Amino acid sequence: MSDVVTRGPIDVAGLLAEVRDHGRGATTVFLGSVRSGPDDGPVEAIDYSAYEVMVVEEFGRILAEAAERWPGTAYAVRHRVGRVPVGDPSIAVAASAPHRAEAFDGCRYVIAEAKRRLPVWKRELWLDGSAHWREG
Amino acid sequence: MTTVGSMAVRCLLFGRYAELLGTEAILLEVADAATVAEAVDCLRRTHANGLRLPERPLVAVNREHVAHECVLAPGDEMALLPPLAGG
Repeated sequence: MSDVVTRGPIDVAGLLAEVRDHGRGATTVFLGSVRSGPDDGPVEAIDYSAYEVMVVEEFGRILAEAAERWPGTAYAVRHRVGRVPVGDPSIAVAASAPHRAEAFDGCRYVIAEAKRRLPVWKRELWLDGSAHWREG
Repeated sequence: MTTVGSMAVRCLLFGRYAELLGTEAILLEVADAATVAEAVDCLRRTHANGLRLPERPLVAVNREHVAHECVLAPGDEMALLPPLAGG
């Protein structure tokens, strides 16, 4: 679990390889990416910071809960820290299961709990050079 | 060195809390068996800009989310967590 926090671009293919198994035919992937839409302001990138050791432990707890709740599922996760440009993923969750219902449900649970529990913070970096803490 | 009847707790600060207090780590001396609430109160009262921290921030002890009633032990690592924004 020690590599769940990364400073570089998230390797989605690597994530898929971690959950691949001939007995699990359904795979889902969630990517949360930095956006800059009409309601978001002039964001150029987000600078993510984290209580990294706790992110690793909390992700471990979340994945254990998901595996218990949906037996037979497998998961791989990453959270990126540091400067993440608009369009790049900051978080990724891959889930695999014998059937699609569990893969979708497990993936949704992991990302929902990750957003609720991971000690991660973000500061928006605007085009004018300013930086703004963003909550939630 | 701590005084009799007190204990040392390492307090970590993150995000804008670290900016407010100008540091990411503080060694806090609190009473034996102090609760998280009492430790946060001590931090707020004894450090510059401490009163700008919320009275009841999110707190983790030894890397687990806890309630403010949690009783601390010597050597515990308490972290004050600004509102979470992961993902």
